[in-house]
Amino acid sequence: MPSTHDWINNPLGVVEGMFAASQNNPNSGWEAKAVEFFKDHLKEKDAHTWVPSLNDVPLHYLKPNSLVKFRCLIQDMFDPEFYMGVYEAVDPSTKVLRCGKYKDVTECGVDFDSRNTVTAERQTFYCVPIPGENPWVKEISSSCLGFVQARVVPSTSYAPTRQKRSYEEDDDMDDMDTQMQREPHTGPQSPTEQHGNGDCKRRETEAPSSQTAPASHLDLNFPLPGEKGPSCLVKVYEDWDGFKLNDTLEVFGILSVSPALSALADKKDASSSLLDPTECMETAEEQRVHSPPASLVPRLHVLYAKPLPHNNPLLPSATLEDNSAFLSSTLSEMASVRAELLTFLTPILLGDALAAEYLILHLISNVYSRRDVLPLGKFTLNLSGCPTVASYTERFYQIIQQLVPSSYYLGMSLQNMNQMRFVPKKDYSANRLVSGALQLARNTSLFLDETQLEQGQLDTAGVRNVTALGNLITWQKVDYDFNYHQMEFPCNINVLIASEGRSLLPSDCQIHLQSQITPPHMEEYLSSIHVHPQASQLNKFRMYLSVARLLNYSISDEVTKSVEDDFVDMRKDDPQSISAEDLHRMLVVARLLSLSLGQTSLSRDSWLRAKHIELLRRSRMEQHTCVNGNEP
Amino acid sequence: MSSPTSTPGGRKRGRNTNPSTPSSEGPTSPPSQRRRGQDSSTGDLMPMPTSPATDMLSPAAPQDNSLLSSPRPSGTNLLPNEVDMSSPLMYGTPSSRVEGTPRSGVRGTPARQRPDLGSVRKAPQVDLQSEPPSADGAVTSESNTGQRLVIWGTDVNVGTCKEKFQRKVMVFISVVGDPVLNVNCLHVQSFDAELYRQLICYPQEVIPTFDMAVNELFFERFPDSILEFQIQVRPYNALKTRNMRNLNPEDIDQLITISGMVIRTSQLIPEMQEAFFQCQVCAFSTRVEVDRGRIAEPSVCRNCNTTHSLAIVHNRSVFSDKQMVKIQESPEDMPAGQTPHTTIVYAHNDLVDKVQPGDRINITGVYRAVPMRANPRQSNVKSVYKTHIDAIHFHKTDEKRLHGLDEDAEQKLFTEDRVQTLKELAAKPDVYERLSSALAPSIYEHEDIKKGILLQLFGGARKDFSQTGRGNFRADVNILLCGDPGTSKSQLLQYVYNLVPRGQYTSGKGSSAVGLTAYVMRDPETRQLVLQTGALVLSDNGICCIDEFDKMSDSTRSVLHEVMEQQTLSIAKAGIICQLNARTSVLAAANPIESQWNPKKTTIENIQLPHTLLSRFDLIFLMLDPQDEAYDRRLAHHLVSLYYQSEEQIEEEFLDMAVLRDYIAYARTYINPRLSEEASQALIEAYVDMRKIGSGRGMVSAYPRQLESLIRLAEAHAKVRFSEKVETIDVEEAKRLHREALKQSATDPRTGFVDISILTTGMSATARKRKEEVAQALKKLIQAKGKTPAMKYQQLLEDLRGQSENAITKELFDEALRALADEDYLTVTGKTVRLLA
Repeated sequence: MPSTHDWINNPLGVVEGMFAASQNNPNSGWEAKAVEFFKDHLKEKDAHTWVPSLNDVPLHYLKPNSLVKFRCLIQDMFDPEFYMGVYEAVDPSTKVLRCGKYKDVTECGVDFDSRNTVTAERQTFYCVPIPGENPWVKEISSSCLGFVQARVVPSTSYAPTRQKRSYEEDDDMDDMDTQMQREPHTGPQSPTEQHGNGDCKRRETEAPSSQTAPASHLDLNFPLPGEKGPSCLVKVYEDWDGFKLNDTLEVFGILSVSPALSALADKKDASSSLLDPTECMETAEEQRVHSPPASLVPRLHVLYAKPLPHNNPLLPSATLEDNSAFLSSTLSEMASVRAELLTFLTPILLGDALAAEYLILHLISNVYSRRDVLPLGKFTLNLSGCPTVASYTERFYQIIQQLVPSSYYLGMSLQNMNQMRFVPKKDYSANRLVSGALQLARNTSLFLDETQLEQGQLDTAGVRNVTALGNLITWQKVDYDFNYHQMEFPCNINVLIASEGRSLLPSDCQIHLQSQITPPHMEEYLSSIHVHPQASQLNKFRMYLSVARLLNYSISDEVTKSVEDDFVDMRKDDPQSISAEDLHRMLVVARLLSLSLGQTSLSRDSWLRAKHIELLRRSRMEQHTCVNGNEP
Repeated sequence: MSSPTSTPGGRKRGRNTNPSTPSSEGPTSPPSQRRRGQDSSTGDLMPMPTSPATDMLSPAAPQDNSLLSSPRPSGTNLLPNEVDMSSPLMYGTPSSRVEGTPRSGVRGTPARQRPDLGSVRKAPQVDLQSEPPSADGAVTSESNTGQRLVIWGTDVNVGTCKEKFQRKVMVFISVVGDPVLNVNCLHVQSFDAELYRQLICYPQEVIPTFDMAVNELFFERFPDSILEFQIQVRPYNALKTRNMRNLNPEDIDQLITISGMVIRTSQLIPEMQEAFFQCQVCAFSTRVEVDRGRIAEPSVCRNCNTTHSLAIVHNRSVFSDKQMVKIQESPEDMPAGQTPHTTIVYAHNDLVDKVQPGDRINITGVYRAVPMRANPRQSNVKSVYKTHIDAIHFHKTDEKRLHGLDEDAEQKLFTEDRVQTLKELAAKPDVYERLSSALAPSIYEHEDIKKGILLQLFGGARKDFSQTGRGNFRADVNILLCGDPGTSKSQLLQYVYNLVPRGQYTSGKGSSAVGLTAYVMRDPETRQLVLQTGALVLSDNGICCIDEFDKMSDSTRSVLHEVMEQQTLSIAKAGIICQLNARTSVLAAANPIESQWNPKKTTIENIQLPHTLLSRFDLIFLMLDPQDEAYDRRLAHHLVSLYYQSEEQIEEEFLDMAVLRDYIAYARTYINPRLSEEASQALIEAYVDMRKIGSGRGMVSAYPRQLESLIRLAEAHAKVRFSEKVETIDVEEAKRLHREALKQSATDPRTGFVDISILTTGMSATARKRKEEVAQALKKLIQAKGKTPAMKYQQLLEDLRGQSENAITKELFDEALRALADEDYLTVTGKTVRLLA
């Protein structure tokens, strides 16, 4: 193994070396240096791709105490934790100072009475993989990784091509870390641990390349039902105030799966309760949630965490500002890609080009700022007039799913509305935030299928859920339920409502589909739509949508002036026709239109075009009103 | 006690002359034993071994007099006491179960253990126990004796500390009849900063010393009284840490006060303090104290020397009550986007069951960190400490909320600096305009509405007329916003809801009478019927924002009658009959009856709400679309600027939301204006005028309620100025607002129709006046600069800001420039301003 990669395979060795070197020099600031060391190494070309990812590699293939990365969302924040930063071994022969940072378990007996003990503080976050992350994101990020990894880090013994391994083989692996091997032997001490391990084994034979759904006795608390993947207790050592709930991060840290963690948790129930009455005070549920078996929920000691502005693996990881070459090349292509995307989407929207145009605007919308309570830049689209035949909405969602990095389909059936948990709720007995479907990462596309709605009655939970959806759309916030009070969490979710008539939920913009296909041929037409375009084309679209969302935008003084004049003129003709709200919407449309064309400032042309498409849309709505007659 | 110093006999004055020597004492006490705390129960016990620390330290006692750093008090009575007490006999080791037990005249009063302080301390104490043998031989050495005067590991000198506290108690507190003495740490600090520092840093040592001091004082004064147990001192309001989020490893073992909300309480846990063992063979009994959660079971009976014959007798062992309380950060203390932290608190003895889940409390206690136990079967341990707080004092902040006003709870802590800033702000002549423009800056104009809401936030003065049979006067201002759709009513409501600490937001469409008032439900855990309060009760002392007021059903709306005038809520359901306080301001928003304002109808016809309800609103604002070109232009400008101005630009122009919040909180707490003579006269006139106008066709008629409204508004305006007196200008403003709100100036008195064309151009008269003033000031500024044909726009703005007393927003500045441009005085091109001469 090349020694240059020791920092990946044995990061603790690096940390400890620095700690030992600092002992003679108390003010050496070794902690900052250690973090700096890893940051520098990760900055090297491609270095971050060498680090195995917890998202793609099953946990049991990863080497304990090695450096791993994890793309995740902060689902819950636990209480801060005091740990022994520096401690002294109790054994007099090895009476040396040891470093407890980045570790869960001490290596030797601890002399609690030593004066050299340093208590330090760290924060634990409960992290889950980004909810609703689409399969293509996972595929691309693991395919560009697996190859490199198999070459560089043989000790993880994981190659994506190998699908099955037997138990015996597992034990025979010589390069397997010893601790890993010990796990089955130490396990039986505790019932849950054993259980967890049994699970692991079963999993290996059943589905070796992916983590299966969590074992029934432990709810891993994913926001969306049916999610898979590992969740992780992430321990942060510095600047934890900078992290917020629902932030998406890429975490580089030291993986800790020590079986002692789970063993400790279980033994407490049995033997030590007599020793210390204070320890049995935590409820069993709380125990389970806060110290689950490490084989199910590994611990990750963070060396470096960077917030992800997006989770599109096709985009370079550096920010757009830093990567001007990439930016200029994509900007120049944007107009043509947009045209391509438009022709791609139009047949899917039954040949309605205007609706396709609005759909693009919706897909690149983003809450870029808030003025006191007002979120700016949101663009909730209500696509009314969707045909109810041949599961059109589902097909439509499949297309969306191919285009955006993360999305979620929510059929607004009565059952879903009444029974699903939308709003996260604090469970005080387990002391955790029980997730709900609206706990989503920023820029997730939420597809609400209102065609699923049938007659019936919404119960209390249903009404609350509809209210929560309404709040989400209007204010881009979700009020989390903390039992004694509610707490407001701002969010940034693109909501797309597909409905037959006008939606019962509010929306920023409603467009009625004008189908070019006559109803008798509908079913035939729908089945002929090609859902699977070429991969290269798809990737172009994916890149386009993500970049457009990240661009900066400004309005020059001259254009401001002309926009003002336009508004005054329009009002002069017919004050009823346009209100402040309409101006709000037109400004958003103009902004998104410019960005979709790769223009970072509003031009007169874009403004006129925005006005034009708004006019078309409104005239269509009026038409529709006449036909329908029951619209307000 | 085997130590003579602690027996009552040893406390005689003559003791000084007959000190015990270490050699006479040492051998009798096994050095490994720790001394027991309960000396008052010595009678029926076998002699208790004393700790080595005690033995070692006791000879130092006679030397204390000469070594004490504090001057010897002249009062002769104090002298022997001090000698005794300053000897660390009782407090020899910090690890010992310290008792606040003075021995004089306390025969009838049992001491009571303080498990809140007696918790295990870790690292330092073992060192201490290993030290005495080495020190034993060196009793006479000066350095050693000098050290002995303070409690080991701290710099607390028991004698000085106690004396100080006694003096303090004399100063601040008269005699108490309660066995618990609550001491405000703030008082301690103002009395002696050093003592306060010691209290914060070494609560485990200092508080027992306080106990001792208080008991001594008490029994000196009332030698014959018998209390349930000895007086315990409970400090509160330690200022060190107020917020759970700020707790860090440095706070361990220190006295802290944090605020939070109780989320869970455990069952009562009997914690063994002392185990009682009896020999099965000879019935000899012995007691063993629980040490760090462990009982060292004696293996050999000391009486008959049988091994393993001792069995524990549970009902003769000593237990103390203990309860785990979980508290969570209060929502107000939390930074946005994070989840609240929780902390475990252990309540002991009589503090058990003092708090219930849902209570907001301030808790004072000692912060502890206990390492996870090393397991004998495992060499590895989790390198994590468990933290908790041993509660010493609970203070419920919402205790009285249901019955009266809790001044304490409302009191927000303002630092000197903050108060100074607020007062400076209040002294500005345009504070009223400044504050109103800081309210919801993203909402365009509607200045009068913002002013109305501002007054609502401040509220009137509370008056109590219960003596004369009228009960409390409503002090809260209710406002109804009625207007065309899309005039940002909801946004205003949302803003207010976010601004005030106790706000509720409901929509008339989605709420039922039950949701607004209260409902009875079965608690899922206890299966008991409990009263769940609705939005109106929850916003007691806050603002209840009700959107879509017109969509509310009549029956729902009718529950508001009581709330909006009597400010109570009577409930009679499921066998629960009660009256809850709902001192809430209502901010409601409604659309006109035809959803669009119909200019062919009168105001009343457009609003279409029952008179009974309308009269309960102090201000009814009509929010109409003025349909005026100049207005449209300004609106467009405002909206467009929302979409491109950066955050920083916004911030520099408007007051911070936090400042606004503090300003309101300060005024609500400390300012209580009263009517002046002239103001009363002005009010009377204003009311008579209102009656006259109100009799016109289709107008909202004035009732005596409206006079009260005027008074409230005038008081609120005085509060805005931080004035203790309501003056004529306040009344004038109240009158103006009342009139402007209903657009009475634009109403044709003959028909009662609102003439939209006469509506002010969206800009109030005062705003217009200000614009002219700014233009003039700007002109003067430019003239003062002399002959500079061109100026930087930004520079000019900053100069003007520096010069002007009033707040100059960028918009105001632009308008002033435009006005000067209209005069052909200058031109503005891009970012430069050129003079035309």
